[in-house]
This record gives sequence, C-alpha cells and structure tokens, in this order.
Amino acid sequence: MEKFTTHTGIGVPLRQSNVDTDQIIPAVYLKRITRTGFEDALFSAWRKDPSFILNQEPFTAGSVLVAGPDFGTGSSREHAVWALKDYGFKAVLSSRFADIFRGNSGKQGLLAAELAQDDIELIWKVLENAPGTEVKVDLVSKTVECGNVVAPFEIDDYTRWRLLEGLDDIGLTLQHEEEITAYEATRASFKPKTLPARIQ
Amino acid sequence: MGKTLAEKVWDAHVVRKGEGEGANAQPDLLFIDLHLVHEVTSPQAFEGLRLAGRKLRRPDLTIATEDHNTPTLDIDKPIADLTSRTQIQTLRNNCQEFGVRLHSLGDAEQGIVHVVGPQLGLTQPGMTVVCGDSHTSTHGAFGALAMGIGTSEVEHVMATQTLSLKPFKTMAINVEGTLRPGVSAKDIILAVIAKIGTGGGQGYVLEYRGSAIRALSMDARMTVCNMSIEAGARAGLVAPDQTTYDYMYGRPHAPQGEEWDAAVEYWNTLHTDDDATFDVEVNLDADTLEPFVTWGTNPAQGISLNEAVPFPEDFGDENAKLAAERALQYMGLEAGTPMKDIRVDTVFLGSCTNSRIEDLRAAADVIRGREKDPKVRMLVVPGSARVRLEAEAEGLDQVFKEFGAEWRFAGCSMCLGMNPDQLEPGERCASTSNRNFEGRQGKGGRTHLVSPVVAAATAVRGTLSSPSDLEPASVSASTTTDAA
Repeated sequence: MEKFTTHTGIGVPLRQSNVDTDQIIPAVYLKRITRTGFEDALFSAWRKDPSFILNQEPFTAGSVLVAGPDFGTGSSREHAVWALKDYGFKAVLSSRFADIFRGNSGKQGLLAAELAQDDIELIWKVLENAPGTEVKVDLVSKTVECGNVVAPFEIDDYTRWRLLEGLDDIGLTLQHEEEITAYEATRASFKPKTLPARIQ
Repeated sequence: MGKTLAEKVWDAHVVRKGEGEGANAQPDLLFIDLHLVHEVTSPQAFEGLRLAGRKLRRPDLTIATEDHNTPTLDIDKPIADLTSRTQIQTLRNNCQEFGVRLHSLGDAEQGIVHVVGPQLGLTQPGMTVVCGDSHTSTHGAFGALAMGIGTSEVEHVMATQTLSLKPFKTMAINVEGTLRPGVSAKDIILAVIAKIGTGGGQGYVLEYRGSAIRALSMDARMTVCNMSIEAGARAGLVAPDQTTYDYMYGRPHAPQGEEWDAAVEYWNTLHTDDDATFDVEVNLDADTLEPFVTWGTNPAQGISLNEAVPFPEDFGDENAKLAAERALQYMGLEAGTPMKDIRVDTVFLGSCTNSRIEDLRAAADVIRGREKDPKVRMLVVPGSARVRLEAEAEGLDQVFKEFGAEWRFAGCSMCLGMNPDQLEPGERCASTSNRNFEGRQGKGGRTHLVSPVVAAATAVRGTLSSPSDLEPASVSASTTTDAA
C-alpha cells in the first residue's frame, strides 16, 4: 500500500447524506474480476445528470470528496473504494462513515477523515463560493485546511499508523503465525468443518 | 462484572490481544470459524493470494456458492451475460485451484450464501463467521458473531484465517410483547431501523432480546439479524436457546452423538450475563407494532403501513429534510398520500432477508384461494435450491403458480439486479429484500421494503396492503388439501 502523509487537491462538495454504496458504484459494475479500472463506474447513475457536481468544472479534477453524514452505507463492496481511488480521489471527508466502508478505505490507502458536521458545512461554503479551492488533508497533524477553515479530524491511531507507513495487513498478521497455529490446536472438536462435505 | 453474549464470543476467538487500551487500542486478532465465499467479492482476493504466492490457510473452514449473478431461469443453459458467466467461471476455477468446496448452479445445496450456511448446519452458536457480503449479519441469529467484510479482508482471512478487529460497543434491542397477526420479524427490524437510523448502529454489535425475539423461529431471527447492517451495525445477534438447538439438530454439519452434548453444554453458556451492561439500550413494543413499509430511498425511511407519506418539512434535521425531499422525488410520491393508496407494478418475494421456507409458507397462506391483481407481476425466488425443493414437496410452487406468480430458481435475483431480474425505470416494487436505495433493483426502479405477508397481500390488491385488508379467501382452492 502507498504511504499517505498529506494530500492537497481540489475539494468536491457533495451536499448529500446517506451516500450509499449502490450510488458510489451500482451492482452491475461488480461483475468485473479486476481490481482496477473502475473510474467509469463511480457515481455512474448520478453522472448521467449534467448538473451533478462531478460534471461541473473544476470539480472534474477533484481529489478530496466532502460529503454529508453516513457516507458509504450499505454493501461491503470494496469496489466502492476502488472506484473512488481510480477516479482520482485520495480522501473523503464526512461527519460519519459506515463501518465497513471506513475499514475498506483504510486497507486501500483512501483516507476516510471524520470531521464535525459544522466543519463540513463551513468547508462546503468555501468550496461553493470559490469552486476549485484546494483542500489540504494532513494525516500527520490530523487536520484539514480549506480557505480560511482549519479543522481537526478523527481517525483511529492504528489505521493512521498503517496509512502513514503504507503497511500490508497480511504481512503484519503473518508475523504472528505461531499464535494462530497455537489457537487452532485448541479449537473445540464439535465445531464444524466444511470438508469433508456432508449433505442431506 | 459479567459479559454480554457478543463479548463472550469475541473473547473466545482472540488469537492475539491488541496492545493499548480504549480508543487508542490496537485491534485484536480474531480467529475465524467459517468463511463463506461467493463470486462477486472473491476474485480479486484469490488473485491477491496468487500474486503473493500465498496459500489458502484453511480450505476446511471455507465454503463457496454462486448466488449474486446467477440467473433464476434456464439454469441448465450457459449464462447469457458474458461478464456474469466469466465471474462465475472464475469462482469455479479459483475453488478448484485452492481446494474450496463449491456449490454451483444446479447443485441441490446452491443458493444465497446466507441461506446455505445455516441450512447445512455450518452456522452454529458461538462461532465467528465472515463473508464478503454485508448481510453476513444474518448468521447472528444463531448466537454467532457474524459480519460482512471487504475484499482486502476476504484475502486476509484466506491467507491467515484471522481478522484484525477493533473492539465494538454493545447495544441491546429489547423487543417485549406479542406480535399481532400479520406482523412479523421484518416489521420488527424495519421499525428498529426507522427508530435508530441508518447510522444508529455504527460501531456497535446489536443483541436482539426480549419476549418477542424469544418467540421467533430461526428463520424469523435470521430476518431480524440480516438487516442489522441497515442500521449501520456490522453484526447483530440473538442468544441461542431450545429453538436454535431444535433447528440445528440433525443438519448435515451439526455435531453428532457425544459431540452434540458437548456443543449444547457450551452453547448454554452463550447468553448475556445478568450483571453485564450494554453501552446503549433501545426498547421496542411488540404489542403495538404494525406492518411496516418504507417510503423513501434508505431503509430508515419507513413508517407503519396505515400511515401516509410524510412531509419533508416535518423533519427537524436539515439533512433529513433534504434527504426526504430527494427521496420523494425519486420515488415519485406526494407527501400526504396514504401508503395503502400506492399502486405497485411488481412484487418480489426473495433475498437473504426473506426467502426461507417459512417466508414462502407465510406468503402462500395469504394468497391461497385468492387471485392476483392482473396488472401486478410477482416473482418468487427461493433462497436456495434446497428451499425450492422443500417448497415443491409441500406444493407451495403450485400455490404460487396458480396465483399467477413466477416460480424461479434460487439466487439473490431482484434484490440487487446483478442478474436479468431487474426493474424497469420508474417501475414500483413491493420487495421483501433489504435495501431501497436508488437504482438498487434496476436503474430508476422504486422499492418499498415489506414483509412476505405484506408482499403477498399487495400482489392480491395491487396496492400496498396487509393481509387484514383482504376479503375472505375462497375455501375451495385445490391446493390447500395437498399442503395440509
């Protein structure tokens, strides 16, 4: 995973709550078996509407999405994170993220930064009054800067550390393989196994 | 101090405790007892293993089925959609390469992953269960800690049979009282979501408790736990009891003989201790609950079927008001319209929420001896090939067919429209599924989430209806005797 320390880019105000994963990427795009190339899928239904924010200049070149509360609700599809990244987004700001979306973001190096809703509103105003304003997201100091707004954001320390270092989760876990093996030896014999298969 | 059920299951699976305390604690490494796999969220994970030269650590704790993309008609023919066909073929290739048990289309155990696991007896109390699908919370009905994961985590579980997780908070959902006739598990969970909101459960594991939950069958408990994610909770569970054991006993992968006794002894310890405390408690009165239906485009936008479409200005919160305005526009609804005046084009009975045998029985009981509104199309999609066989053995397929419904093969189908079962733009659907998001069931489609009996009554009248709105059925229907 690529390291994330700071990022500065055009902010995109998305004044909407409950942006669910079916809006971020409709299910029809989930049939692909690749991990990249999902940029066309991002918000594909909404992008058909010429007035949608990502069809407006200069927001087409945006890389920091500033959304309403409950962003990423719904499905566990990591494709939602892939689509945001493939389009060019590096960070999403919201006052509340769905748990699975937040977890998926952390695995893929997309920063999900949780801000107070009041600060989101202030940033929206800056971005709407001066489209093209850049947002600076600093993971080291856990702050966001946009115009005259400087706001702190929340992210759990473990995810922050992994993002700052660009660490691979599986590699980290396999450092503890002996402990996994020890646990496996204690697993109760009445617990089921899928193999050999038993059927009715 | 005592522990909650979820904490007991968690503690029993800790391979390695994360360092630190409170908000700054590192995640715990938890052992995963069962990994369910399907075609949509696994190809990139298998590819990741291959690229890193890693093995699948525990094929014997992994099982795969085909569900999201599979057609529900002509399942003996090659899948027409080329990308769907490729994705399913990729799953077959991967399962063969990595030694994973797979139940393919046409197999008697194929079906929606969350129907297949419990039905085979692979989902048991006290287990940790994961799947690259947010409705994995379904398995919590057995007192298992079950949660949906993303594809990176799927790969992590494949490689290590563990998951790194931050401890969660606990929320009790207390449902006391007795449900009235025509009110069911689906109405309980829709009412819970409307009460706490789509974000209310974020960071929590929910435990459903109280006399109304204890009175539910396993199929009904699965319906409740299934939609925990719609309240933002990654997992929701119910303590196991005699109802659980009766369901489990004799299933193919249930423990047998002495193992069964040892298992029950352990399962009996899986309940929240009297002196344990929850971080939050929410109460719901089952006695006064009415059939529930959604009017908007997120699952918390629901009300009693006897009410009218709400006015956006009645929402205090500015974001909720904007969301309501937008939802009404998308749904093509006018505020103030009685919900029961809303006419639908399609009724969908299926999905991991409501496609089990009891759901089909409940719907069949409503339509038996009645006629379908001729303008309504009704799709009945059993959750698994096994459920379909069971329903056919009881003659339920005949009830549905005589009514004029389409009797299909098993899969996720119109819940998310990854296969050909989709709504047309503007089409309105009463659906027993779990999400009413914009375009979920097909581009421009409009979804009202309902219970199986409301779906069935709606198919009779053509407008959103509960069974109590129906005229008495004619008693001479030929199929009733077969089913008895």
